[in-house]
Amino acid sequence: MTYIKPKFAHPRLPENKLGYTRKEYEGSLSTLCAGCGHDSISAAIVDACFELNIEPHRVAKMSGIGCSSKTPAYFLSNSHGFNSVHGRMPSVTTGANLANRSMIYLGVSGDGDTASIGMGQFTHVIRRNVNMTYIVMNNGCYGLTKGQDSATADYGSISKSGHVNSFEGIDLCGMAIELGATFVAQSFSGDKAQLIPLIKAALSHSGFSLINVVSPCVTFNNNQGSTKSYDYVREHNEALSSIDFVPVREEILTEYDHTKLKVVEMHDGSLIKLNKLSPEWDPQDKLSIMTALHKSHERHEILTGLLYIDSESVELNELINTTNVPLNTLTEKELCPGSEILEQICSDLR
Amino acid sequence: MSRVNDFVVRFANVNGTGSASANYLFAKSVFRMGVPVSAKNIFPSNIQGLPTWYEVRVSEKGYLGRKEGIDLMISVNPQSFKKDIASVRSGGYFLYDSTKPLHNEFLREDIHFIGVPLMEICNREFTDPRQKQLFKNIVYVGAVARLLNIDTNIIEGLFAEQFQGKEKLIAPNVKALHLGSDFIKENFSFPLDFYVEARDLVGDSIMIDGNSAAGLGAIYAGATVVSWYPITPSTSLVSSFESYAKKLRKDPLTGKNNFSIVQAEDELAAIGMAIGANWNGARSFTATSGPGLSLMSEFLGLAYYSELPVVLVDVQRSGPSTGMPTRTQQSDFISAAYASHGDTKHVLLIPSTPTECFDMMADAFDYAEKLQTPVIVMSDLDLGMNDHMTPAFKWDDSRKYQRGKVLTAEQLDALPQWGRYRDVDGDGIPYRTLPGTHPTKGSYFTRGSSHDENAAYSEDSPTYVRIMDRLLKKLETAKKMIPAPEVHLGEKKSDVAMLYFGTSMHAAEEALDILKNDGASMDAIRIKSFPFCNEVKEFIENYDRVFVVEQNRDAQMRSLLINELEIDPKKLIKVLNYDGTPITADFILKNVHQHLFQSIN
Repeated sequence: MTYIKPKFAHPRLPENKLGYTRKEYEGSLSTLCAGCGHDSISAAIVDACFELNIEPHRVAKMSGIGCSSKTPAYFLSNSHGFNSVHGRMPSVTTGANLANRSMIYLGVSGDGDTASIGMGQFTHVIRRNVNMTYIVMNNGCYGLTKGQDSATADYGSISKSGHVNSFEGIDLCGMAIELGATFVAQSFSGDKAQLIPLIKAALSHSGFSLINVVSPCVTFNNNQGSTKSYDYVREHNEALSSIDFVPVREEILTEYDHTKLKVVEMHDGSLIKLNKLSPEWDPQDKLSIMTALHKSHERHEILTGLLYIDSESVELNELINTTNVPLNTLTEKELCPGSEILEQICSDLR
Repeated sequence: MSRVNDFVVRFANVNGTGSASANYLFAKSVFRMGVPVSAKNIFPSNIQGLPTWYEVRVSEKGYLGRKEGIDLMISVNPQSFKKDIASVRSGGYFLYDSTKPLHNEFLREDIHFIGVPLMEICNREFTDPRQKQLFKNIVYVGAVARLLNIDTNIIEGLFAEQFQGKEKLIAPNVKALHLGSDFIKENFSFPLDFYVEARDLVGDSIMIDGNSAAGLGAIYAGATVVSWYPITPSTSLVSSFESYAKKLRKDPLTGKNNFSIVQAEDELAAIGMAIGANWNGARSFTATSGPGLSLMSEFLGLAYYSELPVVLVDVQRSGPSTGMPTRTQQSDFISAAYASHGDTKHVLLIPSTPTECFDMMADAFDYAEKLQTPVIVMSDLDLGMNDHMTPAFKWDDSRKYQRGKVLTAEQLDALPQWGRYRDVDGDGIPYRTLPGTHPTKGSYFTRGSSHDENAAYSEDSPTYVRIMDRLLKKLETAKKMIPAPEVHLGEKKSDVAMLYFGTSMHAAEEALDILKNDGASMDAIRIKSFPFCNEVKEFIENYDRVFVVEQNRDAQMRSLLINELEIDPKKLIKVLNYDGTPITADFILKNVHQHLFQSIN
């Protein structure tokens, strides 16, 4: 098996508005298991960035440790990436964001990296509303260490070795909404049509965006009895809505029936159009989504789509009144008060 | 025999009763009289109610280390009367609140008791209940001023500065001051057989604590992102940065902050944010103490191996574990030098004075960015939280921040090839790029897993060894960059020498002075950084024995010297103070004499 991708590209690949082809958003060849759900998510990230006309080098790819955290090598090779320590991607991203608020921060994490070792940092990055997209590649198990249950594994789910999980799984979306997350979505790695617009919307949101993506582990958690297998998720997936994301000033052509449409205008003027499948749900009402989540849990269903959005979200740098210019561009001129002021400070200390 | 400008005064108070500012007033007034002074807070890990002490040493000779033996004790805390009376040297004085009589069993024949009815005076003279409590402190300052010949005009001047904008507070303070002063005048003889006489011995020195100095140093160094988690004794460092930043770092046009400060959820996040910000090209630091350093270890290993700058201040306190959070120690040296699993080694800077806290903090960012590695400033509670007389800070306006080897888009375009971890210049330091610099060049994947020169994941053994060896080479470069030790040689070379660092400096220099006066001069070296510069080994090799003075139980610096420089352990004699109080010259001398006496016999 080769780990080097062929450099050959079709001469007439379609270009986006910046003149980039999809190829320029790709990464190196994945070393994950063939059929891994994570690879589908990587592909969706590539499509979303290509379609959103993002300059690849304006994205910072952030991750922790685990199968999911390896994936930034497999998309956006023209972006800087930071594979930090286990469960600590949120703090590294927070610091990076404070240093340069003008970039796009895309964090990827797993269920172990987020719901176990990284739970503390996950809750606080939400609380601070750091302007980033946080994708959880959630397969309910620890792949790299041979398939132990993770904290998001459902109660009663059976692992490949036949072990029955005796603990309740953590619902990351419900928790994030309770903690004040301003954009919360859930999807399935096998549903590209839903996932791509969700990623596009998340990348355009000003503030913290969570996308919890159920992503089956083909090697350790794709067996009968597992609630995170391809078969189980396909059977139990209930979409709240079909979603369409319309970036700022893009021609709006839609075939949706407008009577059922819910349109949410984002901070930057772009639009999210939601075709409501669930009548009792409003994406801007926390109570209705919490009810819907609890009901779906009782029915052993996985609710997917954009669950909650606060389009008035105020991100961290605004909250703490940081200057609009990226801090990492400031020089001695703006930062150093100089010797005269130092002499004054000293004379006050005599 | 009267002693001018050479004595120790100790105040015994109840924590949380506003005594700290009154006691500081006393120390500052001595300083204003041009006499060297050093003040030490000895306080409990408590918000209100437990005993707390403030010790002031007045020293004509400029000895700023702590000194055993209290000449004058001012005790307004009945909880600690017994202990306080016992701690006064024979022939010394004990000033107390005599509103209630002193218990007979506390009395000592060999010391003088000075009763001042502080509570009675305040109850009579003030109506507001809060003032009755607070002005007790000012009344005793007035009494002490009279006893020690301190000019009350100087203290009144300090009131005027302290209460700028709240002028109506000046008059009652002045009144309280004179109530104390007058009470002594009417009831006791004064001055005592030791007192203050005005001199011109402080030059252009200032009085400031090390944490405030380091916070200001970070402002001057251009730090923009500060992430931290509160922990004694480092908290006031970030508070200092914040208060200076609010005055000095507002964008003049928008009023927005040219800095950001985030109080993290724990020390893990604090160092994580600082590393993330540095990765992205902002100067960022965090400050902590021992327990935080333990938590930060994993991240320090990441920064070391992925070669990212970060500045950390460790204001050390007494360990292990929670230890004595409000007592000083130099006991994090081994854990800082080798923080994190695997083979790691970090650059340490060791300030001895607030001026060095300011300078080293500013330099730390240059070193971290030039070397692309963590730099840890090793302060301690004594330095960080006590006010010290120290040389005024200086800044050269032509100084440019040294950002190290960071490639611009133009440089990337001009380069035929680039690899993040290639040693192009032979100094072990590679070239880095910042996110967002160039559309198609210079991106790489920062990781804590093994990587090759192009930052690609690699488990190839020779590649791994090459990178690990280059990291050692980088530290060799560091040795030439970081502060060299300060060497003190006498007129005639001695056979034995003394080695010290950090806040042991004042006590060590005093001890060396005394040895010199006794005709037993000893050469000395003060270490200012780690890994040890070559001068350290060269110095030690010149002597039969070297006393290694430190403030920890396990002789951590001695271990580092043995480990790093392969010095014969028998040559390095331990002098270890680890009771949580700052080391004294007497303690060092006692240990030195004991060793020399034993080796003669």
